[in-house]
Amino acid sequence: MTAVLSRLALSHFRSHRRTVLDFDGRPVAMWGPNGAGKTNLAEAVSLLSPGRGLRRAAAEDLVRRPEALGWKIVATLAGHEVETWAEAGQARALRVDGKAATQTSLAALARVLWLVPSMDRLWIEGAEGRRRFLDRMTLSFFPGHAEAALDYERAMRERNRLLKDMVRDAHWYGALEAQMGAAGEAIVRNRAAAIARLAYAVANADTAFPAPDLSLTHPDRDLPQDAAALTAALAESRPRDLAAGRTLVGPHRADLDAVWAAKGVAARDCSTGEQKALLISLILANARALAAVEGEVPILILDEVSAHLDAQRRARLYDEIVALGAQAFLTGTGPELFEELGARAQYVEVAEEGGVSIATERPAP
Amino acid sequence: MSAAPESLERLIELMARLPGLGPRSARRAVLHLLGKRGQLLLPLAEAMRDAGQNVRDCVICGNVGLADECAICADERRANGQICVVEEVSDLWAMERAGVFKGRYHVLGGTLSALDAIGPDELRIPRLVDRVASEGVTEVILALGATVDGQTTTHYIADRLPDVTVTSLAQGVPVGGELDYLDEGTISAALKARRGL
Repeated sequence: MTAVLSRLALSHFRSHRRTVLDFDGRPVAMWGPNGAGKTNLAEAVSLLSPGRGLRRAAAEDLVRRPEALGWKIVATLAGHEVETWAEAGQARALRVDGKAATQTSLAALARVLWLVPSMDRLWIEGAEGRRRFLDRMTLSFFPGHAEAALDYERAMRERNRLLKDMVRDAHWYGALEAQMGAAGEAIVRNRAAAIARLAYAVANADTAFPAPDLSLTHPDRDLPQDAAALTAALAESRPRDLAAGRTLVGPHRADLDAVWAAKGVAARDCSTGEQKALLISLILANARALAAVEGEVPILILDEVSAHLDAQRRARLYDEIVALGAQAFLTGTGPELFEELGARAQYVEVAEEGGVSIATERPAP
Repeated sequence: MSAAPESLERLIELMARLPGLGPRSARRAVLHLLGKRGQLLLPLAEAMRDAGQNVRDCVICGNVGLADECAICADERRANGQICVVEEVSDLWAMERAGVFKGRYHVLGGTLSALDAIGPDELRIPRLVDRVASEGVTEVILALGATVDGQTTTHYIADRLPDVTVTSLAQGVPVGGELDYLDEGTISAALKARRGL
């Protein structure tokens, strides 16, 4: 099954006052000058998946200024009507087919994967970004991963508070560590399975993008794999953690390592362009693995990706997207970036007039 | 500036602090009460005063009642060796509605939450430990929520009571429920808790 976003309507969402676009399932190339509102469109698409979207924005930041009336996105996604909105000052709400729904239920309708410019420094910055990237890929395979991560996070925050307050109640630590152990086991298992699926997809793909070798690392020692061992490791780490005021072992400290396999060079030592190519390679592998294992082609959002590629690579990227059959939302500053796509895509020009984004469907450049 | 007189403002403000009410619904409720002064407002005021003066927390289990010991703790027939631990009085009432549990209760008054500064001493956990030692308890049934805090509290209490059988309510398929409507977490909990027939 290929998930298709067939209609997207934005009301007072960021720079868009009223934008309605119909899509037919082909990739969608959006161009316009900087600040016209292309990424805002992409962000709206990303909000059709669980979480806070590609900018990780709070609900109140999504509202159009200066009116600040509250915003709404109405979409037809895989044949279902999805509405998500927030009134001024309120939390984000969600309805699917007219019924109140939870964000996790969106994962059952479609998988949405993205690559945005803020991820360009992913391989050189802190482990947190890489962990989040890995967790999003993991989540695309295992929707239950979100719950395990939330449970773990919650129990860890509690434990960190005990550490900061220098609480010495061993029973209390034990109770939280048991929860972290159980959730942590699920996290470790899901991540490992996701990496295995990605590795398989990377190894078996006909692609112009470099094959990364992925591995999970953990500072100072191997991370225990099962709940009992994780719980024990946490208990053992208590004195050290008390001194540090936070939890020093566990899957929350894992890091994703990537090596450009053909060259044997670590991702962080690759050139900027090569680092980007590795990310593209991973997101395509993620999409292929989903298509192969789950039979479900995800929606891709590739924000400002085309501009970083030479014409030949760009053409190959488009060929690979079309071969996947994925509905990819691509953005760029001008139509010439999408020439190689030709009639295989839909085109939208985004312009800004008096602080309002205007999106207009255009013929192939 | 508000249009309501001061004493009503005070009432609205107090009502708005009730669970499920905000300022707007509190105003509506107050106006509704004023419109039914004889049938509703004054009887309500009287009932509240009565509750405020006479209802107290049971010194043993934390349930609410009209004496120092609640009706359940005072009832000798319920001393069957089982104590069911719940978070709130509303949970106790839910258990009692089901009418199957014949033992006594222990109301914690919440769950452990380090972030909210609720530790064992803020809950009635030390009291529970005392009761288990002194009341001839044979089984402690933990009926806490399936949330992270609820489960932490469950682990904690089980850990504090090594010398007595500690059980917890089953988690899984609700009675009359269809699998198709269950989320993955519930299904996996149900599968883990499966039993032979």
